[in-house]
Amino acid sequence: MLTLVHLKKYYATQKAVDDISLKIEKGKIFGLLGPNGAGKSSLLRMVTGITLPDSGKILYDGQEYNQDIHNQWIGYMPEERGLYKKMKIGEQAMYLARLKGLNKIEAMQKINYWFKRLDMESWWNKKVEDLSKGMSQKLQFVTTVLHNPKVLILDEPFSGLDPVNSEIIKQEIFELSKQGVSIIFSTHRMEQVEEICEEIALINQGKIVLEGNVLEIKNRFKKNLYRLAIQEELQGFESNIVQKNMDEYILQFANDQEPNSLLQHCINQHYHIKTFEEILPSLNEIFIQQVENTQASRQFLN
Amino acid sequence: MNKIFIILQREYLTRVKKKSFLILTFLVPILIFGASLLMVYIALQGEEKQKIVVNDESGIFFHRLDKKSKTYTFFAEAPKGNETNRDFAKRVEADIYLHILPFQNSRPDSILIYKEGGVSLGTSLFLSTQLDNIYHVKQMEEAGIDKAKIDSIQNFSLPIKSYDLKDNKETNSAIASGIGYMMGIMIYLVIFIYGSGVMRGVMEEKTNRIAEVVISSVKPFQLMMGKILGIGLVGLTQFLLWGTLIILLQFLLPLIIPSLGDLMQARENIVTAMPASEMPNMGSSDSLAMIQSIMNQNWGLIISCFIFYFLGGYFIYASLFAAVGSLVNEDPQEAQQLTLPVSMPIIFGFIILMTTLKEPNSSLSVFGSMFPLTSPIVMMGRIPYGVPVLQLILSMGLLIIGFILITWMSGKIYRTGILLYGKKTTWKEVLKWLRHS
Repeated sequence: MLTLVHLKKYYATQKAVDDISLKIEKGKIFGLLGPNGAGKSSLLRMVTGITLPDSGKILYDGQEYNQDIHNQWIGYMPEERGLYKKMKIGEQAMYLARLKGLNKIEAMQKINYWFKRLDMESWWNKKVEDLSKGMSQKLQFVTTVLHNPKVLILDEPFSGLDPVNSEIIKQEIFELSKQGVSIIFSTHRMEQVEEICEEIALINQGKIVLEGNVLEIKNRFKKNLYRLAIQEELQGFESNIVQKNMDEYILQFANDQEPNSLLQHCINQHYHIKTFEEILPSLNEIFIQQVENTQASRQFLN
Repeated sequence: MNKIFIILQREYLTRVKKKSFLILTFLVPILIFGASLLMVYIALQGEEKQKIVVNDESGIFFHRLDKKSKTYTFFAEAPKGNETNRDFAKRVEADIYLHILPFQNSRPDSILIYKEGGVSLGTSLFLSTQLDNIYHVKQMEEAGIDKAKIDSIQNFSLPIKSYDLKDNKETNSAIASGIGYMMGIMIYLVIFIYGSGVMRGVMEEKTNRIAEVVISSVKPFQLMMGKILGIGLVGLTQFLLWGTLIILLQFLLPLIIPSLGDLMQARENIVTAMPASEMPNMGSSDSLAMIQSIMNQNWGLIISCFIFYFLGGYFIYASLFAAVGSLVNEDPQEAQQLTLPVSMPIIFGFIILMTTLKEPNSSLSVFGSMFPLTSPIVMMGRIPYGVPVLQLILSMGLLIIGFILITWMSGKIYRTGILLYGKKTTWKEVLKWLRHS
């Protein structure tokens, strides 16, 4: 759907985007991660055609980016976003839809559909300044997806949203992805990424540090840790106990050791097993490990 | 193109639908009109008709006084016995007491005016003109000049006319400078009011963070142009409405309030009877000649030039103001600093306009009318005096080139500035953008 080939954007003081290549499939939710100032926004601005790359290509369905055609394909919700405060909500949605190339009738249908879907029908004549922050974020989301984009680019979409509205938007994102919309989800909030994205790329200082399927990455960085909780004391088992907490053990296995051997042991000893699971590293841990000791990572950790 | 139109439409409608627009549009003509009526009203009615009691011991003046005056009524009466002036005035209920002492050697010894609280300048001017005049006529009569002769002398003023050496056409510098001044000021105001309107619009989009949302749908240049065109149209609408309303008021008000009719008439009388010192170089205050001279102006040229320079000036400055607006972050004070380089040339233009009205062909004026940043204001001051065709073409050409260059430059600044948040931009950086992007 969307392919980035050796994209570069250099500014006078820094290499904002330094040779990034990515591939985003149709209907996939792709997480773009990185600390502040890593180059996410610069990358997204090139993908949306707001700025031009110094070199490299942006391909939509194999075609090089062309404002006249592909602008309509894209729905972009920038990190720095807002609306006209004094404008009525209905008019605002209509205006932004028409700027995306919809005619009045199409735009009206879409607005009605989305306003109904997200319980916003009574908002039409309100002004943005009368809305709460969460409400205006919801409106912002609607104006981004009104024109049925094929590629949806969301930069920190959940910032400023309460849990209830976050959940609503999250469900909408899943729904759109099921309909075949490719979604780029840029954030520095790892727990959201784990929940939502299938594929991710971690960017630091303009470069891709890490890329791939979320589960695959977690497996790549796993440390063979297992959590076991039993009522009895664990005895007579050969392994490195990393941590013991009440009745809970965290064990690190050797590479050739079978996890089933522990279960076997527990059963043989007639232990009462409450929990047994593999501990995969969280993305947060992996990323901190990856960007550690770089200048930008300090902000990231905060 | 279509997207520019959608943007233009929004910019136009949101502004025109605002209450403040309606209030300003309808209030300004009413205020202007009302103020001028009020002035006339005060001039006429502010003082009630004043009663002047005349004790004319010379016997020359009273019957010759102009009894048609709207402000004063005259009647003759002399104090009795040793009544004081004050008691006398009180008894006859006079506001003013004019005491003309008997003549000695055919000259009045002295003429005394009394009034409670002192004599006003208006009264004293009115009376002295009247009395002087009566005395001079009397003198001439005594010298044996007959009445008809005196009248014809009095009603004659010298036929002074000025001509343009080039085409022998009659010129009227007062009219020319009046027209030039009006048009120059109008363009100056338009640039400032609507130009800074564009700047505020851009700042609003940037501080509300809507700019990036919109720019993901349209090119920055389209957004900028849509805004400039939309606000320009708002300005045109406002001017048209003002013009129409003022003309309508002129006709309608006297119908609605009949007593205003007299007032209007009086206003015209005051205007045409304005003393010569207030209208320099006018020769005579003959309103017919003035109207003739206004008609003689090449209005086709003036109006088409006005429209050209109006648009040119607005577009050049609107795009500059848009660029400045895109550099501002949250701080309005920052806006003031950044606006300075843009407002300087406008103010220079205005200063040059002032000298142009006196000397339309001085080298400063010619330069000012060529330089694209000042020409919209300065050239309007020169046109009513007549400008060589070559200069006019050159000035217009330079304005078009200047417009293209500046819009291109502003577009570049705007494109970068509108997406830059939270950092204070210096002019040095801006120059870098111009060179690199």
